[in-house]
Amino acid sequence: MQAIIDELAKQAEESLAQVSSKETLASFWQEYLSKNGKIPALMKNLRSVAPEERPAMGKVINELKQKVQADYDAASARVNAAELAARNAAEAIDITLPAKNRPVGALHPLTLVRNQIIDTFSGMGFEIFEGPEIEDDDHCFTRLNVPKDHPARDMQDTFYLSDELLLRTQTSTGQIRTMDAKKPPIKVLVPGRVFRSDSDATHSPMFHQMEGLVVDKGITLCDLQGMLDVFVQQLFGSDVRTRLRPSYFPFTEPSVEVDVSCFECHGAGCSLCKHTGWIEVLGGGVVNRKVLENCGIDPEVYSGIAFGIGIERIAMLKYGINNIGLMFENDLRFLKQFQE
Amino acid sequence: MKVPFSWLKEFVEIDVTAQELEDKLFSCGFEVEELTDLSAGIDKVVVGKITAIEKQEGTHLSKCVVDCGEYGHEIHISTGADNIFVGAHVPAALDGSTLPGGVKIKKRVMQGVESNGMLCSGAELGLNDDLYPGSDVYGLLILPEDTTPGEDICKVVGLDDYIFDISITANRPDCQSVLGIAREVAAVLHKPLKMPATDYVAKLDADEPVSVQVLAPDLCPRYMAHYVRNIRMGESPRWMKRHLALCGLRSISNVVDITNHTLLEIGQPMHAFDLNKVKGRSITVRRAHPGEKIITLDEKEFTLTENNLVICDAEKPVALAGVMGGANSGMDEHTTSLLFECATFARDSVRKTSRSLGQSSDSSARYEKGVDRYSPELGLARALHLIQQLDCGDITTLEFDCTDGRPMERKVIVTTPEKICGVLGIDVPAQEMIDILTRLDFTVEAKDGQWTVRVPLYREDVESYPDLAEEVIREYGYDHIVPTFLKTAAVTNGGLNADQKRVLKVKRLLAGQGFYEASTLAFYSQAELDMLHLPAEAPARKAIRILNPISENLSIMRTLLAPSMLNVIVDNLKKGNNAGRLFEMAPVYLAKSLPLTEMPEERQTLCLGVFGPDEDFFTVKGAVEALGAALGLTFSYVKEANPWLHPGISAAVYCKEVRVGVFGKLANEINAELKIAKDEKDSQNIYLAELDYAGLVSCIEGELRYKPLSPFSPVKRDLALVCDEGIACGEIEETIRKASPLVTDVHLFDVYRGKNLGEGKKSMAFSLVLEDAAAEVSAEQAERAVKKILGNLKFKLGIEMR
Repeated sequence: MQAIIDELAKQAEESLAQVSSKETLASFWQEYLSKNGKIPALMKNLRSVAPEERPAMGKVINELKQKVQADYDAASARVNAAELAARNAAEAIDITLPAKNRPVGALHPLTLVRNQIIDTFSGMGFEIFEGPEIEDDDHCFTRLNVPKDHPARDMQDTFYLSDELLLRTQTSTGQIRTMDAKKPPIKVLVPGRVFRSDSDATHSPMFHQMEGLVVDKGITLCDLQGMLDVFVQQLFGSDVRTRLRPSYFPFTEPSVEVDVSCFECHGAGCSLCKHTGWIEVLGGGVVNRKVLENCGIDPEVYSGIAFGIGIERIAMLKYGINNIGLMFENDLRFLKQFQE
Repeated sequence: MKVPFSWLKEFVEIDVTAQELEDKLFSCGFEVEELTDLSAGIDKVVVGKITAIEKQEGTHLSKCVVDCGEYGHEIHISTGADNIFVGAHVPAALDGSTLPGGVKIKKRVMQGVESNGMLCSGAELGLNDDLYPGSDVYGLLILPEDTTPGEDICKVVGLDDYIFDISITANRPDCQSVLGIAREVAAVLHKPLKMPATDYVAKLDADEPVSVQVLAPDLCPRYMAHYVRNIRMGESPRWMKRHLALCGLRSISNVVDITNHTLLEIGQPMHAFDLNKVKGRSITVRRAHPGEKIITLDEKEFTLTENNLVICDAEKPVALAGVMGGANSGMDEHTTSLLFECATFARDSVRKTSRSLGQSSDSSARYEKGVDRYSPELGLARALHLIQQLDCGDITTLEFDCTDGRPMERKVIVTTPEKICGVLGIDVPAQEMIDILTRLDFTVEAKDGQWTVRVPLYREDVESYPDLAEEVIREYGYDHIVPTFLKTAAVTNGGLNADQKRVLKVKRLLAGQGFYEASTLAFYSQAELDMLHLPAEAPARKAIRILNPISENLSIMRTLLAPSMLNVIVDNLKKGNNAGRLFEMAPVYLAKSLPLTEMPEERQTLCLGVFGPDEDFFTVKGAVEALGAALGLTFSYVKEANPWLHPGISAAVYCKEVRVGVFGKLANEINAELKIAKDEKDSQNIYLAELDYAGLVSCIEGELRYKPLSPFSPVKRDLALVCDEGIACGEIEETIRKASPLVTDVHLFDVYRGKNLGEGKKSMAFSLVLEDAAAEVSAEQAERAVKKILGNLKFKLGIEMR
């Protein structure tokens, strides 16, 4: 009996070593470990053994069964791993092939800049107002204190649709519309498209502006600079400064041009700032008393500051775009570069 | 505005360099756009005295020995010029020198003889006769004998000078002159201003009377004239020629030069009428009669309207006021009697006349910017002084001054220093403010804390205390402003409103769908609508026309975004971008009536443009559905004939029975007309969508509310149907939905075509969800519902179960 057991153990070991697939594994199991297999058959043969030897022999058979089962489990694991590896290898792909899903699109750079400016001023408590693009003379000029004989009213500069109606030349129209609709305290930002009869390498007949207006008690030129300092630092970096210099707009008095210290060279002089260390970014000033009066706001009680930003100019400065025409060409190679 | 440095120095003692003055002017509001150094490019060019001349045999050259003082007493230089003589002082460009235009002079051998430089003509130094006499001579520039060999040529010929090209803001027409800038320079440098001499003696009576009247004082607030006899035409003195030349004007004759000089110096345009040609010796300023004609100095004839202001003699117009004189009244070599005119004309009147007739002059340019009512007085006095100084005529006692009746006195502003500082937000010391205003010609009377400020006559822009605040701060310095962050302002609630946030959400959603945002012009032409084959009666043809377009290409306000988008797609294809998704959100302009009488509607519109080999109707439909989902809207699609879309591959989009737009494939016949390569056309899939964004938004229902989830499990059934090829999926879906209220969802999951189905048949498999909000749907209920559905499908559409 012992000899038979030893022989079977040896056979099983050799047979298992040959196993390399699920199929051979299954036939091994069938041959040795299944109900009708060789090892359970040994148990059945135990009856032929002398009764006194049966316990000891039974233990030997059990040990054999356990060992073969353990060897079988190990072989099974080995086969499974090998088959998985083979399948994985067969299924492997070239991960550097192009992606299948459509890449995400993007907002226009002018929208990105617009959003960024709106975010900054929203945090300061500015509402956003968008007025009509087709305006009348009254909102675009008269009540903004643009004199009747001012060249801006000329057909040379303004697109007219009728004697009275025109395409707004500036988002400053939003000042009037806002002050007609509400009284101080006012903080409003007016983004929008504006139109001027101008078309060349540096001008587009349509472009984007953002007007800002604050009207409250005790507002001064110092507030204009303080507020714009916060704005330009959010836009161009925390180390930029502003500089005011005299200018002229009919709707502000005093009027200023606002320059920022060059964020490219930090004042050392570069082509961006034309070697001056400063870049002109916007215009503004203290709201002209006449404009407040024209909107029924008492200039003896309230004062205001206003500014106007050219969005194209900011976008060009921020992204290093050198030609305004690109903004309206809508070349996908251009548009694809502006992920938020 | 061009201002020579040397001329400014005649009015102000300037003790800073041109570059320092540029900075000072910038700080007080006068940006120098260009500072031109007249000596730029000239280096190592000195006075040379020719001490010996020897002809170079067989050549046109002469070998000169030149004494250049400290640079060498015997420098050999060859020249081809003929006007040389021993003892002549000439400009000598030495070895290693430079001349304007980047010319470099080096020692070299000329026709076998070594030449150590070049002797120069006036032109080679950038001179002309007006800048330096003798410069236009053919040959070398012969310098005066009192020049010293070796002296820097720029100093000798007056090229050690600068021209400031200053940009003047529209509120400061008073600075459109050398004197105007000199006033600012004097103020900013704290120096006194030396006014130009304006004294003269009227020593003669008028021989015959002259009459002057103004019939349009609204367009001519002041008209001054002075009669000068015995005109003696001649040449102007050197200093005057130089002044004119530095400003880019040529000298013509003493009398003409005086009028030009007055314009440059004082900023007052002048005109002179030859009284022998002025009929009736009478001058009338009036609006032209309609149809009246004038021939201007440059011999062009114009037919006038009432909008043109003219100066007339007893019979006819003799000048276009402020723009140009008539050919019939100007001075010539025979002129003996002149009436000098100094006037102010309304700037928009001059501008409109100049623009409408296409005629302009230095005078009209000046008038367009605005001439104050004080200026004619100063200008006329200055011109008469120069006439006397140059002895080119005898000034008579006959003078005229017609005004519109407004008093010629200084404006008064009553204010307080606190108010002025209140505008600025800083405390400028009161004495400092008074000093600044005084330097700028204002007078300040301070009494009990109240200031009475009198404004200079020429400062018509100054009206109230904020103007004074600007005067103070531009001289005091903007660097004194201390930034404050709205310290007195009330707290306000800022940010985008719901509609503005939704626009941004839609844009970002589309970007997430692979779309890039485009930005196109708000105007185009009827040609764009032609491109889309829109018939004449199409509503989109009712576009608002721009009265003064830049060009016909940009002449109407757009009524559809799709043509702009199609142009963008075509442009991209031309650039080799062969696939892409684009969107634009912008208003279209819808007139209530044409011609425009009231504000039109600006209707927010969303346009999609999709092109490329991987796109089809359904990829675009997917984007439209995603948009609907983001807005909480469900769309249905209906075939609709549209001239610019493929009749079989396009759909009108409906939301709650409201048509909110259209999308589909570009019509084949339009695709065929696109200006792109033929193979591009054949392979190109172009899809366009024009959606009424405002309409979509109006379909959105109120506030978002949670709907309770059903506690009952839904029953699912699949139906495979066989139907005619012509039946649309949407029809079947609608029939299924209407057949049973239990149907909460239907969707197609398979379409099959095969011979076993028969010719012209297709199989469509739908997945149905049956639900009842109040109870579990039983198997029998489901069976009944399916039976009803199949019955309806068969009855209405002739569809069988497969």
